[in-house]
Amino acid sequence: MSLITLHYDVPGDDFTRAGEASGNVKTHLKKLGFDPAVVRNVVIALYEAEINMVIHAGGGEIDVEIDPNQIRMVLTDHGPGIPDISLAMQEGYSTAPDNVRALGFGAGMGLPNIKKYTDDMQIETEIGVGTTMRLRVDVPA
Amino acid sequence: MTVNEFAQQQNLTVAVAGDLSREIGGGYCGDLLSWVMSRAQSDDCWFTVMGNVNAVAVSVLADCACIVLCENAPLDDEAKQKAEQQGVNILQASENAYTLAAALSKTL
Repeated sequence: MSLITLHYDVPGDDFTRAGEASGNVKTHLKKLGFDPAVVRNVVIALYEAEINMVIHAGGGEIDVEIDPNQIRMVLTDHGPGIPDISLAMQEGYSTAPDNVRALGFGAGMGLPNIKKYTDDMQIETEIGVGTTMRLRVDVPA
Repeated sequence: MTVNEFAQQQNLTVAVAGDLSREIGGGYCGDLLSWVMSRAQSDDCWFTVMGNVNAVAVSVLADCACIVLCENAPLDDEAKQKAEQQGVNILQASENAYTLAAALSKTL
């Protein structure tokens, strides 16, 4: 299998389309025959990150690289940035507004879930400029 | 037990028939989507009151056998449409999650 690259534009504040990128990546990974546990890790992390973009950053872009040994994802937004990453990493901490909570989000599980289901997670964020998140899921040999 | 068999046994309304022959492997109750997505298992029957489009997405990503909307919780039109596109089974019930999960547990 050669390297496969995928690109998605995630619209902001459109909850009806949130999850399209994750769902599409899932379809690709299943077709490529990846282990269901790997697929699950990737899509949970990616969906959380995608939803975060929609809720907090007015959308953004997702780039995915798939090779037989690992899946790498880069999520870039031009939102407000994350003031305190260590606080955002705590389970239960959330800044999601009430209308978002009413949809079933805002449990403060986003970043903790992303960390839990990836092998590497790097966040670069600048207040007023945006956030880039780099995620990697390894494929067990 | 298949989704169809469970629906018939418990007199549940089939709101969206994706693949009713799908086998149910277990059950999960919850309404916080991130929580459910990270904990529900493939082939689970998911009991919830969340009938929105994001619940459909979570069901797809977590690979649930079906969503059961409990206590007559409404199913949004958008969610119904999305579920039809994605082949997600959605059942509706008047009973609460506890009652239905207990009933399912007896059959598994």
